[in-house]
Amino acid sequence: MKNIVKALLGSAAIAMMAAPASAATLDDVKAKGHVQCGVNTGLIGFSAPDDQGNWKGLDVDFCRAVAAAIFDDPEAVEFTPLSAKDRFTALQSGEVDVLSRNTTWTISRDTALGLNFAGVTYYDGQGFMINAKKLEGINSALQLSGAAVCVQAGTTTELNLADYFKANNMEYSPVVFEKFEEVNAAYDAGRCDVYTTDQSGLYAVRLNLTNPDDHIVLPEIISKEPLGPAVRHGDDQWLDIVKWVYYALVNAEELGISQANLEEKMNSDNPEVRRLLGTEEGSKLGTDLGLTNDFAVRAIKHVGNYGEIFERNVGAESPLKISRGINALWTKGGLQYGMPIR
Amino acid sequence: MATPQSTVEGAAPRVPLFYDPRVRGIAYQVLVFAGLIALIYWIIGNTTANLQRANIASGFDFLQGRAGFDIGDSLVEFSSDSTYGRALFVGFLNTLRVAIVGIITATIIGFIIGIGRLSKNWLINRICLVYVEVFRNIPPLLVIFFWYFGVLSVLPLPRESIDLPFGSYLNSRGLYFPRFLWGEGAWLVLVGLVLGIVFTFFVRRWAHRRQMATGEQFPVFWTSVALIGGLPLLAFVVTGLPLSFEFPELSTFNLRGGIQVRPEFLALYLALSFYTAAFIAEIVRAGVLGVSHGQSEAAQALGLRSSQSMRLVIIPQALRIIIPPLTSQYLNLTKNSSLAVAIGYPDLVATGGTTLNQTGQAIEVVAIWLVVYLGLSLGTAGLMNWYNARMALVER
Ligand SMILES: N[C@@H](CCC(=O)N[C@@H](CS)C(=O)NCC(=O)O)C(=O)O
Repeated sequence: MKNIVKALLGSAAIAMMAAPASAATLDDVKAKGHVQCGVNTGLIGFSAPDDQGNWKGLDVDFCRAVAAAIFDDPEAVEFTPLSAKDRFTALQSGEVDVLSRNTTWTISRDTALGLNFAGVTYYDGQGFMINAKKLEGINSALQLSGAAVCVQAGTTTELNLADYFKANNMEYSPVVFEKFEEVNAAYDAGRCDVYTTDQSGLYAVRLNLTNPDDHIVLPEIISKEPLGPAVRHGDDQWLDIVKWVYYALVNAEELGISQANLEEKMNSDNPEVRRLLGTEEGSKLGTDLGLTNDFAVRAIKHVGNYGEIFERNVGAESPLKISRGINALWTKGGLQYGMPIR
Repeated sequence: MATPQSTVEGAAPRVPLFYDPRVRGIAYQVLVFAGLIALIYWIIGNTTANLQRANIASGFDFLQGRAGFDIGDSLVEFSSDSTYGRALFVGFLNTLRVAIVGIITATIIGFIIGIGRLSKNWLINRICLVYVEVFRNIPPLLVIFFWYFGVLSVLPLPRESIDLPFGSYLNSRGLYFPRFLWGEGAWLVLVGLVLGIVFTFFVRRWAHRRQMATGEQFPVFWTSVALIGGLPLLAFVVTGLPLSFEFPELSTFNLRGGIQVRPEFLALYLALSFYTAAFIAEIVRAGVLGVSHGQSEAAQALGLRSSQSMRLVIIPQALRIIIPPLTSQYLNLTKNSSLAVAIGYPDLVATGGTTLNQTGQAIEVVAIWLVVYLGLSLGTAGLMNWYNARMALVER
């Protein structure tokens, strides 16, 4: 019943939304003084509250960057934890201003669901995890025929799983939960042989299992999962803001601007740096966006450039220790590519 | 309604229309009705406008789309190539299944516990009391989690399955039974069963009439058992035992073959049954206590044994008190079955939720939920009302 009620409220919100509420998100955000950001309920590295209750993670930091760009204050953001199933309704109905919750960019979400994706903050792919202690001799996903597979409802994961087993003529028995903790608990209790989700997610989940070392992630990656922030369709200005905050963070890394050397770079006479940091004479780049010319400075000052955000949350400085891989800058053989600021 | 005044004076008094209670009543109703229509109209208009502006698709066309996801537990054929409509149908059947078996089990347990609460045996009485107090005071979701995670975590993995009699197994993937594979001529067994039931019916009628006429009793119960059990058995032997079994067997991951009852279903079914049974028990107790004491004394005076007086005198009268509140317990159980989503049992809310999420058709899916649950509730209530009317006191 609770779920029905929740969905009911969501659709009621869509029904009741007064017309201007969705028109200019930036004005709304400024009026209430914070960005309402939809995040994961607790995925280490992306968004999870730490032991003091502060939200941490790559998706969280991205929201803080947006808040910093607008308010010069990374704390001017409130987080709404959302399950995979509830996230889109929450965004559509205006409960959150931006959805930064390891969400895969797909065409149907862009069109039928009425979202707009602002970029890809993490390139991922779906993988499988098994308990190697209990299932000796399994070292490929192609050996999984007949397995029981734990998966979360309302994800692309659920769909890729069906496609993969069908394409390879294998059978499986899906065990589908709505809540993340329930999938984890069921897998840990041995209800299923296999856990499947985005690979980054698998590493995060593994950290919280009873015996993390018993579990291995199989080598196959069965899908493309470009994860990024999304906003409601119909507000171009807000989409631009979210998009260009992301590009600013990537460009900052490319130009070697970090939290540490920001002060010094403010005096740089490299025109590219000056445009990004808004120090160029008479520049209107930031104000045209609806923000101030130093919006990038504000974001970098408070949360760092893309590389810093990555390393702090999922990379070498984090328990996940994920390497940059395809998330390296394009100049280093990766896919992260900031559109030119000019 | 004529006022006393008007009858006295004979002529209608000149009361302004506005003060006429009847006119007023109608006016209020018209106003409320118009307001309601306006509200609905506004909601629909506003919703459509909002959906359009947000570029969200609407309409029920999505039901024909390919679902793309699999469902673990389905009573009918379903694959990722089936439609969203079928996914909802599968969910609906799963809701029905758990509601129906749950209602039957809860009723049986509820009656046993409820009557046990009235037992003069101290131990039985206390056990039943503790049962009622425990289950009535724990939220149903916790009961479900208890059955699911509590029991799941003590069950072994498939390789160490617990052996049960008749080639059945129990492990963390559920309960496995052998599947019956009927051979040639097996339909005769079914015919035997049907004949057995039909004969039983006639025997009972005949025995009843004879007892009314002569007072002689006939062992109806044992004859029924013999007919319903014996005839199919006879057919089974005559046709040369046309039955083989498919036993569940261990494969790499799980047991294969046989019939699997998944732990999600088991947990939900047990939790709903045990939880609702506690309420039914109290209703039954109240019903029995509501039958006046004189009735059981009278039954005793007629020489009925206490079990007979319960069955023939007390319960039929108690049912009149029991049925109406029982109906609302049945409705509760059906609605509580939507907690299934917490443990991954694919009921209507679960498959609908996935559909909602994949297609974004929130309003449509919610509308389907509302209609289906409303329909289920009205159906149950209708059935129980009919039964209630049948059991109601016939005044002669
Ligand atoms: N990227 C996929 C899957 C995202 C997803 O929800 N993954 C799960 C498993 S790692 C998750 O993060 N769940 C956490 C939650 O529901 O709070 C999608 O967008 O559909």
